[in-house]
Amino acid sequence: MLAIKTEGLTYTYSVGTPFEKTAVDHIDLEIEQGEFVGVIGHTGSGKSTLIQHFNGLLKPTSGRVLIHDTDLWAKDTDRRAFRFKVGLVFQYPEYQLFEETVYKDIAFGPVNMGLSAEQVDQQVREAAAFVGLREEILQKSPFELSGGQKRRVAIAGVLAMNPDILILDEPTAGLDPKGREKVLGEIKAYHKKRGNTVLLVSHSMEDIARYAHKVLVLNRAGVMMYDDTAAVFSRAEEIWKGGLSVPQVTRIFSLLREQGFPVNESVYTMDFAVQEILRLLGKEASHA
Amino acid sequence: MGKEIIEAQNVVFGYPLEGGRKSPVLRDVSLSVAEGSFVAVLGHNGSGKSTFAKHFNGILTPDSGTVTVCGINAAQEDRLYDIRRQAGMVFQNPDNQIVATIVEEDVAFGPENLGLPPEEIRRRVDKALTAVGMAEYMHHAPHQLSGGQKQRVAIAGVIAMTPRCIILDEPTAMLDPQGRREVMEAIKKLNQEQGITIILITHYMEEAAQADRVVVMNDGRILLDGTPREVFSHVQELKDVGLDVPQATELCWRLRQEGCNLPEGILTEEECAQALAQLLEVGPHACH
Repeated sequence: MLAIKTEGLTYTYSVGTPFEKTAVDHIDLEIEQGEFVGVIGHTGSGKSTLIQHFNGLLKPTSGRVLIHDTDLWAKDTDRRAFRFKVGLVFQYPEYQLFEETVYKDIAFGPVNMGLSAEQVDQQVREAAAFVGLREEILQKSPFELSGGQKRRVAIAGVLAMNPDILILDEPTAGLDPKGREKVLGEIKAYHKKRGNTVLLVSHSMEDIARYAHKVLVLNRAGVMMYDDTAAVFSRAEEIWKGGLSVPQVTRIFSLLREQGFPVNESVYTMDFAVQEILRLLGKEASHA
Repeated sequence: MGKEIIEAQNVVFGYPLEGGRKSPVLRDVSLSVAEGSFVAVLGHNGSGKSTFAKHFNGILTPDSGTVTVCGINAAQEDRLYDIRRQAGMVFQNPDNQIVATIVEEDVAFGPENLGLPPEEIRRRVDKALTAVGMAEYMHHAPHQLSGGQKQRVAIAGVIAMTPRCIILDEPTAMLDPQGRREVMEAIKKLNQEQGITIILITHYMEEAAQADRVVVMNDGRILLDGTPREVFSHVQELKDVGLDVPQATELCWRLRQEGCNLPEGILTEEECAQALAQLLEVGPHACH
């Protein structure tokens, strides 16, 4: 089943003014249910505009958006329900915390879904546990927490709605390497357990390479590539020209290939890189 | 070169808590920075690196210890203007740093406040925008620019004050790969061509690898201090404090652990590819 399908999706800002700009231009896209998709593209490539269509925050100028086969903008569609089915975590979501306690902030979504108090409680606690927030933090004010903890609270607030499709816009921006790994590991575990669809927007190619099964590359308001991670990163040169980059290990292997070594075309993670060198040396990795 | 532009001695600092207590952030930190050098500062979130950097232009003053900037004690409130003219600061989010509606007016803001004659302001604005490669955008509105371009305008605003030192606190955290490359090029050029001292706080190890010196902070203290080659050879130590090394360094380190004969201190992808090529030429005997 398709989680997301767009047909000729086009969005133009400030129509009829001198600032008119088409940010998303005739995008046809099909994302399967259960996929973990990395979304990359330079600033202004249309990423943020595109993802805001998936839960109905923006209405297409033309074209259609279908979520689980339902046209979001058909007359009889209950769009409110899709705000819960498609959870969107914005950039720097910690600035959106507003409640007195962490618990209330995470509960905001589930309460608005009209769930019973018990159900709300269960979903809040599950979501908090997923992002590694301890019980005692739940009764604190979100403003007493560190930046990394606040970020987790904001992500938990979206997870607590149990969305079928989870979209995260740069969830690790400004976090240190350990913090990045932790947050992404939690999202990966959530994806594995729930089997839902995850879209991860990131400027970090290393993070995308490590976590995403497929990669969507946007360029100039259109889709430049949508393919398996390995296939996308094997087209390093095109990606580089699109103002993006590929993981450093991928570039190292491109250099080796240029020198005539028969290395695999799509080395994009550290583990893969180590194994590939050892394979060429006729040696097994000791702990792969 | 050789002369110290920043001299921090036994700096202790804590943010005030309720009840007059302080939460300790810097615990006895000493650092001297030679004029004309390019120093990268690494550390996990909460390690104290931003707090430390804010002592370099008098935004914060130590609870005990001293910070001397260009020979002026930064605790002297009546000398703050002098210090800030010599040591400029650039922050993470370019949108919070741009005040005018036209690029050249934004860059002129600082020199205008110094009360300089119009010709001198014009000369400085043109020079600063040229230095960061943004001269052709001088009549643009900042909101029409990409993140990397905006950040370069913010840097030009600092350069127009003709500082001897620029402190950049994660200037690329919100930028796409292209924007990151542009900002790094601009910073390196200012350092190499104009001899401006650069202090770069970053979470990107590949950026730190381009500095002459890397300082690693952990828990309010300096953990490591040396050339990128020296510092990044402490792979395990860096990982233990939640940091990383460039992928080129990590790949060689992982292969060394597998028994491969690779040199320490590999930093760039070119060096790594060359070392791997030699390893592969030798074949299986290169590992034990």
